[in-house]
Amino acid sequence: MGREVSVVPGSVDGVSEIPSSPEVLIRAEGLVKTFAKKQGPAFTAVAGIDFEVRRGEVFGFLGPNGAGKSTTMRMIGCVSPVSGGRLSLFGMEPNSQGPRIRARLGVVPQEDSLDLEMRVRDNLHVYGRYFGLPRSIIRERAERLLEFVQLGDRAKEKVDSLSGGMKRRLTIARALINDPEILILDEPTTGLDPQARHVVWDRLYRLKQQGVTLILTTHYMDEAEQLCDRLVVMDKGRIAAEGTPRELIEQYATREVLELRFPLGEQEQAAEKLEGIGQRLELLPDRVLVYAEDGEAALAEVRGRGLEPMTALVRRSSLEDVFLHLTGRTLVD
Amino acid sequence: MSTSTQILTPDAAATERSRQVPGGLVLSWRQFRFWFTLFHRTWRGTVLSAILGPIMYLTAMGVGIGTLIDQNHSLPGGVNYLSFIAPGVLAATAMQTGIGEGSFPVLGSIKWNGNFWAAVNTPQRPEDVMLGTAMQGLMRILGLCVVFFASMLGFGTVHSAWGLLALPVALLTGAVFLFAMMSFSVTLDTDQGLTIVFRFVMTPLFLFSGTFFPWQQLPGWMHPIAFATPLWHGVELSRELTLGTVDAGSALIHVGYLLAALALAYWLARRNFRRRLYLDR
Repeated sequence: MGREVSVVPGSVDGVSEIPSSPEVLIRAEGLVKTFAKKQGPAFTAVAGIDFEVRRGEVFGFLGPNGAGKSTTMRMIGCVSPVSGGRLSLFGMEPNSQGPRIRARLGVVPQEDSLDLEMRVRDNLHVYGRYFGLPRSIIRERAERLLEFVQLGDRAKEKVDSLSGGMKRRLTIARALINDPEILILDEPTTGLDPQARHVVWDRLYRLKQQGVTLILTTHYMDEAEQLCDRLVVMDKGRIAAEGTPRELIEQYATREVLELRFPLGEQEQAAEKLEGIGQRLELLPDRVLVYAEDGEAALAEVRGRGLEPMTALVRRSSLEDVFLHLTGRTLVD
Repeated sequence: MSTSTQILTPDAAATERSRQVPGGLVLSWRQFRFWFTLFHRTWRGTVLSAILGPIMYLTAMGVGIGTLIDQNHSLPGGVNYLSFIAPGVLAATAMQTGIGEGSFPVLGSIKWNGNFWAAVNTPQRPEDVMLGTAMQGLMRILGLCVVFFASMLGFGTVHSAWGLLALPVALLTGAVFLFAMMSFSVTLDTDQGLTIVFRFVMTPLFLFSGTFFPWQQLPGWMHPIAFATPLWHGVELSRELTLGTVDAGSALIHVGYLLAALALAYWLARRNFRRRLYLDR
């Protein structure tokens, strides 16, 4: 973000830095979050997870609604006390050092929480003041950040008049006003139309290139694949798998997937006949997935067995397939 | 990030400073300034209604009802009706403002506007958000009370120099209700709870705390209830001060009661803000 990047490999003031071991910014060990209930046992939203986030990477939490992603994000954002295990950011504990940690974070919550009555620029001003930034600095940064999120010409309008995608971009700009070391985004493109999503992705990609550490949650596999260097798949409060998108796909899915649809009622019979084709079959309510290294060859084999699906589609495996394999469920219902 | 350069740019220096988190009062002040920014465009309307309100009220009560009452009956101490109710309405106005400022601004910040959720993503803690919001409520209470008090002076209802102290007493009364209301509003998800408070708490208090008639007129069984409400103490003390009938003993009891109520309300507000904004419920 316009800061002077003066990373000199080798030595700084005579102390040598090792560029090959990136600094760990966030470390979680056995992290737990429980919510007390008025009656009955406490509800466990996060059931003991471990992860590390290093400086400069884009780290993702992928999972369905209710997997514990947002709760984890709130603990990282120091607005939800840690119930058990250990969590540290910049070497500090959220439960005791919340404000000091938050001073170094940028947060884009799931709901924009913008001040609709205020002008676009004033939203950045009041937020910047929470960090104690001087007026001149806020003005300078607000201008730069609004340009960055392509809202430069909207600075004097009321937030009310912005579209959903613009509001999200404004929230991103607002989260960057304190020049954060980590930007936390909770489902940054949920509820946006495809075009608006691409604009947001583009901006996040630029931030990544500028070296900002990003943490995001999503239940969109394409988002995770496009943006994340590393991610964890969460399900029911636990981490089901961890790795780069590529590694996860290689580990938990085949290179290609053949998607078959059969007429209503005929899927089960067909599935029996499909047995043995490809490495693995996955039966969904509306289609059958055949995991195979070569989708076209698998399709030829299907036809060779006398089956004629209504539609057949060969595609590359995605994180959706990883998730399906790990949890037996699809990401977006 | 660029700490390897010895001399920081003004921008980087500001970032460094922003990471040194200050004490609670500075953080609360930042929250107060949020409200100031939000309301600074509408202040003219606020001031106008603050001035017109008391003038209309005192005219209607004093010239209208007061004339009727003063012709037929005399009040304790032989004061005229306007002088009797004006300090009561002063305290009651403080209460109403306190309850008002502790209701929709708080609930709106959580449910509709979301500015509290935005604030706690910065170095602001729930208690800073709470105190900063209370500061703006206290400012309004003080502003309204000053205007009302000035009107009282204009209508000749302040009969003693002690009367000036009715102003801090009214502020204290308003503060009790402000913090109490904030502690309640922050737990809500809809405005139904607010309506209940307005109808079944605020209005009865307004009517039965000795604001408009001597509390001795109430049936005996209601006296303990009146004594238990902070408004009654605020009304009584304000009246004793402006009429000049104050004595140290009762003043101490009134102030002591109000301070104790304030401490309790403040503690509750702090606790409930933390529970809500730190998502631990």
